[in-house]
Amino acid sequence: MGQSLYEKVFQRHAVRKMPSGQYQLLMGLQLIHEVTSPQAFSMLRDRGWKVLYPERNFATVDHIIPTHSQARPLGDPVAEEMLVALEKNTGQFGLKFFHPSTGEQGIVHIVGPERGLTQPGMTICCGDSHTSTHGAFGALAFGIGTSQVRDVLATQTMLMDKLKTRRIEVNGKLGPGVYAKDVILHILGQLGVKAGVGYAYEYAGDVFDRMTMEERMTVCNMSIEGGARLGYVNPDQTTYDYLKGREFAPKGAAWDRAIEYWNSIRSDKDATYDDVVVYDAEDIEPVVTWGITPGQSTSVSGSIPRKEDFDAGEQALIQEAYEYMSFDAGQPIKGTRIDVAFIGSCTNGRLSDFAEVVRMIQSKPGFKVAPHVRAIAVPGSQDVSRKMVELGYDKVLSDAGFEFRYAGCSMCLAMNPDKLKGREVCASSSNRNFKGRQGSPTGRTLLMSPVMVAACAAAGEVVDAREFFGIRQAVGV
Amino acid sequence: MNDLKRTKISGPAIPVRGNDIDTDRIIPARFLKCVTFDGLGDHAFEDDRLQLKQKGQVHPIDNPAFANAKIMLANKNFGCGSSREHAPQSIMRWGRGIDAIIGESFAEIFFGNCVTLGVPCLVADEATMQHLMSHAETHPNDVLVIDIERKTVKAGDQTYSLTLADGPRKAFLEGAWDSTAELLAAKDQIAATAAKLPYFNGWK
Repeated sequence: MGQSLYEKVFQRHAVRKMPSGQYQLLMGLQLIHEVTSPQAFSMLRDRGWKVLYPERNFATVDHIIPTHSQARPLGDPVAEEMLVALEKNTGQFGLKFFHPSTGEQGIVHIVGPERGLTQPGMTICCGDSHTSTHGAFGALAFGIGTSQVRDVLATQTMLMDKLKTRRIEVNGKLGPGVYAKDVILHILGQLGVKAGVGYAYEYAGDVFDRMTMEERMTVCNMSIEGGARLGYVNPDQTTYDYLKGREFAPKGAAWDRAIEYWNSIRSDKDATYDDVVVYDAEDIEPVVTWGITPGQSTSVSGSIPRKEDFDAGEQALIQEAYEYMSFDAGQPIKGTRIDVAFIGSCTNGRLSDFAEVVRMIQSKPGFKVAPHVRAIAVPGSQDVSRKMVELGYDKVLSDAGFEFRYAGCSMCLAMNPDKLKGREVCASSSNRNFKGRQGSPTGRTLLMSPVMVAACAAAGEVVDAREFFGIRQAVGV
Repeated sequence: MNDLKRTKISGPAIPVRGNDIDTDRIIPARFLKCVTFDGLGDHAFEDDRLQLKQKGQVHPIDNPAFANAKIMLANKNFGCGSSREHAPQSIMRWGRGIDAIIGESFAEIFFGNCVTLGVPCLVADEATMQHLMSHAETHPNDVLVIDIERKTVKAGDQTYSLTLADGPRKAFLEGAWDSTAELLAAKDQIAATAAKLPYFNGWK
């Protein structure tokens, strides 16, 4: 009987089965950032432990970094303290730090792939739930807590239960103006935010086969929003083409051996799964969330659902969402006034996200952010930022009324100064619409694709980007 | 007696009602700006508490009746979203300290974080949860007794059965949830596993 990639990679990294039934699992790569690591390093220091494999642990600073200026000391003294702690910890334990001064800093899930650290067949962890992003390369990648960060620093291993597998197939051709973000929001809307608990998601079917690596990353990124600890796409030529030549990718003869290995860990054709779901690409439209979980969404042409259409157990949360968001059942999502537009995050802060936005802006003469809308474009990394400047995207975005910022997590979780105020409504390319997520305890988030954010920014309200930009031709997948 | 062992956990309970309560709600991101976990207890559920206060309502965390709670009661998918360990850290540091959580279901990362902190998360079915929550609301000073070995909770004169996977259950009973030392004991096996993985060895 065939095996899935999940089973193959898990087996190869299982150090031993513990008496408890859990596995001690070896980690090929740990990525570290300033928010979930300081306490882990302190615990290590308290116990007199070293980092067992320093060359397999890499750090960057992303959550607290301001995006209007990276000048030191940082304006917020606590942010400065956290950055200093990371400098000290990485220095003392001998870890590589993609520091802002190196030009390699960025959001941890953008930096890993960019530097070629993220590779197929690896196990990857990070004290951040969006680590599932790296599954786009056919790696088992998942978020962990600070105590596990400590475990991995000290032993390069952690305890983990074996997961069940669910294969999610999307077949057919996506319509014009429908993007990877819409695909994952559609999946979350269909399966809900709890269905993935206990599962690894394998994304398959010709839509994922045709996706670029950056599109696959957008999809895998939000696996955790469905409750799945990790999600992956099997590695293929697209994966190898992306990796080739990157700083930490294998070179020369090692590259050929790596490809052979990576091909060997792909899911077998006769692999079995605990569950399989199949969706039709033609059914997917641009999606907008209306509620307080990423599963509470509608297609842009749809309306706020009726509470009565949900299970009795779900209705309290639907009611809570109506009240928090100030929506009524039956109200169309189109026409919802927005105050802020945010393009960025580990979900949609890559070069191709901005390239597509710029292409759309240029296709619409006179495109301008509406006067009442505050719009920011935040590159996911210094590398993305540099390329945007080289290509002139910064100028296009600035001329259109977006503020072009320095790299970081920014308004996705607002641990830096980029925050919503009061009850502002934000059209956001990020990943979470939880209550208070974007920095104001009463702020409201509508998740959507970057192109949809751009259309809403100019219209000042939720519009269908396909109509706004007159998108008739399907691009990419 | 190994003080890491978790066999029986008892104390009054605090019900925190609602499905899909994410870790941003348990501890908003602005409180993650810190280099220690000290002091997080005061900010548990801060924004939810404030919003209810503004509506003239009281969050259970602010209700003096629950001030002595040692056990938290939750509904479905508790702790979803961000992996921040600050969430369980704030719960275990709130008030007199929460020692265990009973809920209808837990998000996986949250559950795992709780295990490494020695805070058992036990699962009850919907009907049981309704009973436990109503009981705590009407008898906030009643002491609930969780038996990890038998996977039960006693509330008043009723005993309900709970679910807890064998792995974490054993770890709690044996005091083996403090994982690092145990993991480090397999240093040779770690090296042996790494030796078989081509990418750990320069693809040779």
